[in-house]
Amino acid sequence: MAKIGLEVHVHITSLKTKLFCSCPSHYAGKEPNSVVCPVCLGLPGAIPVPNKKAIEEAIKVSLALNMQISDKVVFVRKHYFYPDMAKNYQISQYDGPGTTPVAKNGFIKLRNGKTIRIRRINIEEDPAKIVYPTGSLLTSKYVWVDYNRSGIGMLEIVTEPDIEDPKEAREFLEKLRSILEHLGTCDCTIEGSMRVDVNVSVPGGERVEVKNIGSIKGVEEALKYEIARQEALISQGLPVKRETRHWDDVRKVTLPSRYKEEETDYRYFPDPDLPPTTITENWIKSIASSLPELPDARIRRFMVQYGLSEYDATVLVMDKGLADFYEDVLKIYYKPKEVANLLINDYLRWINEMNIRPSESKAKPEYIASLLKMMEEGVITIKIVKEILSDVVKGSDPRKLVEERGLTALRDQEFLMEVIKQVFAQEPDAVEKARRDPKVVNYLVGQVMRRTGKRADPYLVNQLVRKMLEG
Amino acid sequence: MIQEIQRNLTEGRLDPESYVEAYYVRIERREAKVRAFITLRPMEEVIEEVKRSVERLRSGRHGRLEGILIAVKDNISTMGIRTTCGSKMLETYVPPFDATVIERIRREGGIIVGKTNMDEFAMGSTTETSYFGPTRNPWDLSRTPGGSSGGSGAALAAHFAELALGSDTGGSIRSPAAYNAVLGLKPSYGTVSRYGLIAYANSLEQIGPMARNANDLEVLYSVIAGPDERDATTVSAVLEKKEVRLNGLRLGVLDDMMEVSEKPVKSVVNDVLNKLSSEGSELKEVKLGYLDYALPAYYIIAMSEASSNLARYDGVRYGYSSGEEGLWTDVYSINRGAGFGWEVKRRIMLGSFMLSAGYYEMYYIKALKIRRLIYDNIASILKSVDLILSPTMPILPPKIGDVINDPIRLFAMDVNTVVANLAGVPAISVPAGFHNGLPVGLQAIGPYLSDYSLISFARELEKITGYRDLTAPE
Ligand SMILES: [Zn+2]
Repeated sequence: MAKIGLEVHVHITSLKTKLFCSCPSHYAGKEPNSVVCPVCLGLPGAIPVPNKKAIEEAIKVSLALNMQISDKVVFVRKHYFYPDMAKNYQISQYDGPGTTPVAKNGFIKLRNGKTIRIRRINIEEDPAKIVYPTGSLLTSKYVWVDYNRSGIGMLEIVTEPDIEDPKEAREFLEKLRSILEHLGTCDCTIEGSMRVDVNVSVPGGERVEVKNIGSIKGVEEALKYEIARQEALISQGLPVKRETRHWDDVRKVTLPSRYKEEETDYRYFPDPDLPPTTITENWIKSIASSLPELPDARIRRFMVQYGLSEYDATVLVMDKGLADFYEDVLKIYYKPKEVANLLINDYLRWINEMNIRPSESKAKPEYIASLLKMMEEGVITIKIVKEILSDVVKGSDPRKLVEERGLTALRDQEFLMEVIKQVFAQEPDAVEKARRDPKVVNYLVGQVMRRTGKRADPYLVNQLVRKMLEG
Repeated sequence: MIQEIQRNLTEGRLDPESYVEAYYVRIERREAKVRAFITLRPMEEVIEEVKRSVERLRSGRHGRLEGILIAVKDNISTMGIRTTCGSKMLETYVPPFDATVIERIRREGGIIVGKTNMDEFAMGSTTETSYFGPTRNPWDLSRTPGGSSGGSGAALAAHFAELALGSDTGGSIRSPAAYNAVLGLKPSYGTVSRYGLIAYANSLEQIGPMARNANDLEVLYSVIAGPDERDATTVSAVLEKKEVRLNGLRLGVLDDMMEVSEKPVKSVVNDVLNKLSSEGSELKEVKLGYLDYALPAYYIIAMSEASSNLARYDGVRYGYSSGEEGLWTDVYSINRGAGFGWEVKRRIMLGSFMLSAGYYEMYYIKALKIRRLIYDNIASILKSVDLILSPTMPILPPKIGDVINDPIRLFAMDVNTVVANLAGVPAISVPAGFHNGLPVGLQAIGPYLSDYSLISFARELEKITGYRDLTAPE
């Protein structure tokens, strides 16, 4: 069994400005180095000023993760030289003499009841982004630095090493992400808004850190790879040494870091430009009283209100976008179980296939409602529903699709009787058997469906076949 | 003499050209020896600005500093005018923004005449560690003007400008004020924005006004003081102007500071104390205690913060670059190795050491405790007296080259001044007199936010000493 700890870095995407200056915090699609000012460029004489909203977001997350919240926010400087650092120190938080993280000692509960402890939450600034001109660190002779990201407000959420396998890590991260999205703190669909460092060791080996994994799927894959690699070493009697590795998301392997990581002394000390901000009981209370519904409560409500199983409710709620979408569909078409089934079984498959998050789907709630309504009315078959769902996810109106492509179910009895007669003529044996064995009826129905390109209304075909057998 | 200048410009007794030329003639004659400026603005530009000021003066809608020439220490960011911090590292650095104080000065019509010399990154007490060479004291060219705002002090003593800005981390305004026979205020911490001040030791330093008389000092302070949303350490308290009267004023004379001062300094200061006494002030000996610890505590905090503040200078985006190519680690080392002078490197090294794991508690945390004790002692002394007096500097202005290679003596010069920085309280240096033609300054420390009382005290003192608008003879 492996021992896994996670360090999750999330952008506080709900902020309008960066953590310590008034630059806009949304830089997607902007010219490199166009969203900058003296503060986030670290120019001489520039002074950071804390974004109060960021502290509020940190308190929200701390409440949702059952943390003990500090009575003050102290920012410290974490010193190390690196080309992505505007000041060659990062403004962060630290648990040390005279300083404290914004919150400590929380937890998240997994589905099976297991508790994953959270050690602390830090508020910190993101460094600038390093861009490799060739796209790769190995072949680039120099790098570009884009300071648009420099100074973006982040939360660092650090767990205890309570996670035991890659699946648990995935579940933990999905739940954390759902909590952050329900709070509105982080829209994790934004590229680069969630990055994870993992610490993983297997019995008999040292702890290995894998840095900078960009997706939850990536974390699961990296952990699987890393555990297999470490176990293979140990089974061959080779040592697993303590090191830092990187996840190569293309080749799906972890690689040793190019630079030898020395034991760095970060020389933490409180940033003298940033006087501590007091967190009063009243402030916490007012934030707590305005917290939105969180995933656990929403799952329970889905079970009670909509009669869903715990599993279905969990799948929906683990993605806030999907759960919101689900409830939007119900507003127009109130068949909770049918809608849940379609979303969980078919809709999600296309979403995953397209490698997007549910909130990025272009399907409107009306579309899903129309699909189910048309099926209920016998206008289309379940087969057609499944067939056109991928286009619906891409934004096509199902009613138009059905019309344009002529996908309405065949309900013309005369025509269907013609087909049934043909099938009966070609399958005399089956017809014989079907008279005795009702199971074979389905075979005949299937043959009719095949000849109609599965467009026939299966209920009607079934009725007609039975009639023919009896008659 | 802001008022007089503005009146003369308004009424046409003084035309912009001859007004500005008078300063530039003095600069022309003496600057080659004094070397107060790192960057001097072209006279024509300054004349143009003065002409616009005169128009505003005559329209009746003008700023408080309209038309006044101000020398600015070269660690205060000025948009479009290079700001070197006295370092090779920033020799060609031109800030793309104005410090808050510069914005406020410009808004009130003040005109920057040039950027003044200073110890490199303000690390020094004599203006000798400047990459651009030392500034000399106009009162005695063989001596230093004090530091680190030595250029600003000398510029006022030679009357190259009417007002000046300095910055004071451990005495850097008061030392050159004392050695140049001008006035300098280290404001209460948080009353003047540091936005745009190139940091040496953030928790200790303030930008402050320097002037040739108390009235001018007050005007400049009132312009630059006030909260700033770009500096979270500024305070929103509104400071009220307060007049003090010497008669009945309770003055504590710091015994331990008098003791460490050399004889000539003591005797000049004692003369002033006697004058104050005959004006009806109540003098009383007080003791600070912990003076032996004040200097080490001060230097530990200053160097620790400095080592952090100066990390950003890697020569990649701005500042000195060797032009070398190679691994970034090597390039950084080469740039920093060549861009910083020795005193700066010494303080970065010591500061880095004192912040490192295992030593942090031994040095930095302990220094903060001493800081607290000193604040408490000052506060308790100020319960029984209105102001605390001492010599500003314990010694007369040293000869150039005399203390610069002896860090212990160099650091010891700051013993009387660092206390106010550690405690965050305001302190002023006022001309007290002369010894063999060498200026001696009197320091007054007041309660937190009593800045205007200190200026008022300076004004009263001026009346009895007559030391105002002094210019060092050529
Ligand atoms: Zn910015």
